[in-house]
Amino acid sequence: MLLSILLLALGVGMISMLFLLNTQMQDKFDKNLAGVNLVIGAKGSPLQLILCNMYHIDAPTGNISLKEARPFLNPKHPLIDKAVPLSLGDSHEGYRIVGTTHSLLEFYDAKVAKGKLWSSNFEVTIGTSVAKLLNLKIGDTFKSSHGFVKDDNLIHEDGESFRVVGIFAPSGSVLDQLILTNTQSVWLVHDHDHSAHDHGDHSHEGHNHDSHDHSEDDHAHHHHDHDHEGHSHDGHDHAGHDHSHAEVTAVTPVTIAQLLEEDDSKEITSLLVKFKSNNYQTLNMQRSINENTDMQAATPAIEINRVYSMLGVGEEFLRWLAIIIIFVSGLSVFISLFSSLKDRKYELSLMRVMGASQVKLFMLIILEGLLLAFIGYVLGMLLSHGGMELLANYMQEAYRYTFTGKQFLPKEGLLFLATLLIGFIAALIPAIQAYQTNISETLTNG
Amino acid sequence: MLQATGLSYTYDGKRKFEFPDINCQKGEQWLILGQSGCGKTTLLHLLGGLRPTQTGTIQVGDTKFSQLSSAALDRFRGQHIGIVFQQSHFVSALNVEENLKLAQSLAGHPKNLQAIKSILGKLNLSDKLKSKTKNLSQGEQQRVAIARALINNPSVILADEPTSALDDDNCIEVIRLLETQAKEAGASLLIVTHDTRLKEHFDQQILL
Repeated sequence: MLLSILLLALGVGMISMLFLLNTQMQDKFDKNLAGVNLVIGAKGSPLQLILCNMYHIDAPTGNISLKEARPFLNPKHPLIDKAVPLSLGDSHEGYRIVGTTHSLLEFYDAKVAKGKLWSSNFEVTIGTSVAKLLNLKIGDTFKSSHGFVKDDNLIHEDGESFRVVGIFAPSGSVLDQLILTNTQSVWLVHDHDHSAHDHGDHSHEGHNHDSHDHSEDDHAHHHHDHDHEGHSHDGHDHAGHDHSHAEVTAVTPVTIAQLLEEDDSKEITSLLVKFKSNNYQTLNMQRSINENTDMQAATPAIEINRVYSMLGVGEEFLRWLAIIIIFVSGLSVFISLFSSLKDRKYELSLMRVMGASQVKLFMLIILEGLLLAFIGYVLGMLLSHGGMELLANYMQEAYRYTFTGKQFLPKEGLLFLATLLIGFIAALIPAIQAYQTNISETLTNG
Repeated sequence: MLQATGLSYTYDGKRKFEFPDINCQKGEQWLILGQSGCGKTTLLHLLGGLRPTQTGTIQVGDTKFSQLSSAALDRFRGQHIGIVFQQSHFVSALNVEENLKLAQSLAGHPKNLQAIKSILGKLNLSDKLKSKTKNLSQGEQQRVAIARALINNPSVILADEPTSALDDDNCIEVIRLLETQAKEAGASLLIVTHDTRLKEHFDQQILL
């Protein structure tokens, strides 16, 4: 009896889990397609390009130079309605910092819930999940960290601190888990990064030492030390960063036009492109990029469909496995009801003596089957939704994507009916047996 | 109250039992005596409507068994016929109170704790209300079985070897309770037994 319930719970749990994962993943993937027709980035795996730049899961394929990207950023491009540059590479506590322009927000229909959009270097507007999980408020500052993994050793200690100026309203899209700033800020941090690396290991370690208990002034001091050591780098943009913010805010390069004024050798990670209309010309353009340039262009919808079809095989397998488990559990319910009938024949006959009709006994056994199915279903749902919550925490840690076990799907209602049907069918033959019990014989033979 | 005429029963066309006619008036108490193997239990099951008749008719009050559907007969039995078996069996998952409530509700009556307490009081079982039936002694179990047979105020009480598993003391107590409770409820009592200890208690006897 217990075994049948557990089997049933397992089967139901697996199916419900598949439903949940499938729905929520598709939901995430679809929301994040966000009307992007083409992603242009460095050569490599097209899937990786999409996953990295649209879903912010994978690592970048590399960078492209502003020179290469320039034509697509031209507002007069005949085919392109909108092209948005992305610069990736840094993160804060595992949340990606994306250098971009305000036009990115049009893809995601994003609205600012609190504060404002970034308007100068090192100002960031952050996604709602970032704000909530890192407990960041407007005015808070942080230093970015190199790469996408949370690692204190990789913090850009001598980089400028980012300051939170706004928080987005929840959009359900990938934007919820991003930290947005202008492209230039990402460059500036990395210019610093180069300087730090040029200093060699000793300075790097020195930074780590200082990082925990030294104040801003210490950093400033330290920073000047570097300068005194005669290091040369771009300089102008951060030379006075600890002394006057005014100098920084004087330059507010946040628009694409301003970006186009930058040096050819500057690099970005990718471009998200929306066409004016999809036609053979845009197809040609994609092919031409892939064949004639050092860049690649990939179509999100196609790559995501590839992901679906890859996942689909595993999902199909799991679904059949779950169906088999449910079938076996149905069989097990049947066997346990059938064999327990032998022990309960006398009690059933007694009930007849006391006035219960044959139909009543029939119903009694059916009810038992339905009850078993019901318990199995409830346990299964606990299993899947509880498991999903646990998984959600893990996914949050690993991918910064939010999943939830608190979502209930209409399909799970159907699953409930199907489970009851299995309970009913499993109980049918035992119930007929109970109906046909010869009470006189049973009572005589004990 | 209970009339049976022309009853006979054949198992597999081989063993054939023929039973004398029975005419038991309201409130009468009859002892049906016979050695084992002479069809005592078969007779009792026929009279209780537990086994369909092959020949003859059975009538309780104004109701002929043959006129009732299977479900109607079940319900009629629950309401009008109380049966005590040789081995008392209960629904083992339930305690004494719940077993009696089950008897009430299966007969189509509302559950009545007052009636249960009253009948258990009369059978000296007041403290066993919440006991599991399997934790009771043989004598106690048989008394609970009597309580169950009486709970719906039946017009006929049938008892199949109610005392054969009991020692002399319990035997006398159980029989005395059956007698008095049947009398008090105004029910006819038919006891089928081979237990000769009961002979002296009953005037009206049928020998199979």
